[in-house]
Amino acid sequence: MNIFIYDHTFEGLITAIHDALESNITPDKIISTKAFQDDLFATKHYISTNYERFETIWNKVKEKSNEQNCQRIFKAYLSEMSDIEIVIHNYIKLILETPYNVEVNFSEDSVIKLNNMQMKVGREAQRILMFVRFQKTVDNIYYASFDPKYNVIPLTVNHFRNRFADQKWVIFDTRRKFGYYYDLENVREITIGKQKVDFTSGKVNDDVLHVSEKLFQKLWKSYYDTINIKERKNMKVHMQFLPKRFWKFLPEKDFKMKYELN
Amino acid sequence: MKAETINKLKISAKAAKYDVSCASSGSNRPNSGKGIGNASPWGICHSFTQDGRCISLMKLMLTNHCIYDCAYCANRKSNDIERTTFTVKEVVDLTIEFYRRNYIEGLFLSSGVIKNPDYTMERMVRVAKDLRTKQNYNGYIHLKSIPGASDDLQQQAGLYADRLSVNIEIATENNLKILAPDKNFKSILTPMNTIKSKIIENKEERKKFRHAPRFTPAGQSTQLIVGATPDSDKHILNLAGDLYNSKNLKRVYYSGFIPVNSYDKRLPALIEPPLKRENRLYQADWLFRFYNYSIDEIVNDEHPDLDLEIDPKLSYALRNPWMFPIDINKANYETILRVPGIGVLSAKKIILARRYSKLNLSNLKKIGVVLKRAKYFITCNELKAHTINELLPKNVRKILLSEKSIVKKSSNNAHKQLSLFTVN
Repeated sequence: MNIFIYDHTFEGLITAIHDALESNITPDKIISTKAFQDDLFATKHYISTNYERFETIWNKVKEKSNEQNCQRIFKAYLSEMSDIEIVIHNYIKLILETPYNVEVNFSEDSVIKLNNMQMKVGREAQRILMFVRFQKTVDNIYYASFDPKYNVIPLTVNHFRNRFADQKWVIFDTRRKFGYYYDLENVREITIGKQKVDFTSGKVNDDVLHVSEKLFQKLWKSYYDTINIKERKNMKVHMQFLPKRFWKFLPEKDFKMKYELN
Repeated sequence: MKAETINKLKISAKAAKYDVSCASSGSNRPNSGKGIGNASPWGICHSFTQDGRCISLMKLMLTNHCIYDCAYCANRKSNDIERTTFTVKEVVDLTIEFYRRNYIEGLFLSSGVIKNPDYTMERMVRVAKDLRTKQNYNGYIHLKSIPGASDDLQQQAGLYADRLSVNIEIATENNLKILAPDKNFKSILTPMNTIKSKIIENKEERKKFRHAPRFTPAGQSTQLIVGATPDSDKHILNLAGDLYNSKNLKRVYYSGFIPVNSYDKRLPALIEPPLKRENRLYQADWLFRFYNYSIDEIVNDEHPDLDLEIDPKLSYALRNPWMFPIDINKANYETILRVPGIGVLSAKKIILARRYSKLNLSNLKKIGVVLKRAKYFITCNELKAHTINELLPKNVRKILLSEKSIVKKSSNNAHKQLSLFTVN
């Protein structure tokens, strides 16, 4: 059994794949140092990230297929699924070994798996654009928590930078404990301490919340409740479009929130 | 922004909720000059209500006072309901604040008619203008055009809005006159024609001057109420087809009639809204717009109404067994699209995948083609199976319906909003 261990970066993974292909060893597992538990009987290959080797293979993939396809591979990687490394390995191997472009050859297992995975990741990224809810803070920063299944916040940064160009914002991944901050000029990666934000409810602490914020959350919830047409109630479709795992950070699904009735 | 706004917002939203249009797609207005907002060409939904509809735009009525008395409308003047009027500033502020928090994708503004059409339209245009010019807002704006407003106001509205719409509501002129004595087809079709010609004019202009301001980049749409009058599906779909072709409409919405004024004896008494029929009409609409079907193939004199039990595509296939089975490995894209159960996405995947090898059933399953209905209408790289011609259409129908009823029994979902694409 051959196990390749890389350092949890994308470049590291591609380096590992490079080494596997080069040495003609078929890896049984490619695994990041974070997830690796020692295995007594396996042959272990520790891979240190090497940008040269990363680029040789990455450029070859680009040449053989195209930029979009590389984007797909990267998206699939962001899924962080346990066996995604092997899928990517098989996919890249297939691309390099076949004389023609195989990216839509759906009779190949790795092609289907990779495409399905990257589609799921893309969908999750889309969910962020839909369900992120900003809370305004006293220093006029719009803060949002999100708990995505896959590591997709990096994919959405451009969207928010274009859309909210004139407001400072933060989007924070409460599962992976990092986020992005836009300061009207640039976006940079940040981490936030527990004392400012409650990671389970996603809420900013009351003392840093802008005075008007609660009112707008109430306004939004009352709008949400009113726009519903009772005669057409259909919870099945509702749950299909708005799965429960997204409810926790949505003000309109905050059942504790009370707005004055008349 | 005061707390009383909550009350206003509720009254206004209650008045506006029966408009089904909520699309925020079709426009790609960029965020120029570091303002706020942009329009995404494919649209983004931001929430979903319990009735399964998406919330993309904030739907508001500038006022729900109205001088008209249309039988099907919740805001008719003879109804004794709470009325309210927003100021322009209130709507602008609400839109911006909601938008900044990523609650909404934009604004859908309509209004009851107060004083006269021009007065009403002018205030609506002011909202759009303030948003664009004062707030530097580039998000989506959908304005309901008020029939009877002047051309000049329509022109201004089109310059600030991404989409304009004029609702026809009732598919035949006679029925419209009975239910809405203040309206007629001419007053509705005139603004539609104006908007259409302005869009064409604008396209020509933009060919000459690339930076000429755009006129309703997301086009215009309309809404038809289904089930309030005895109009057949054939009539409704032909009207819709006509609107798509001759008025260049982007979307026609079908709204299952909800009896809001049950005291009015001109309207039918319904136990529940005709949601199934509404769903079938949307499916037919899709066939017409994306599947290269003609209206005549879907509904005709022989079959003036859509089959409520099965979808229009399956219904067409069962009526025309001569064109099946279709060979998945040889047929062209348009023909594959005609197979019940195979949609645009599956058809495209089939075309791509069959370049590499002949496809059999397990290949099809792997790439995600749903075979439940399709298997009776195709042949592929597989031994001969019983298709529609051996089984006969009526038996295929029976088999498919019986499979459906098993599902139905287990989840009691008799009359609800259906999702547009059934996945099973």
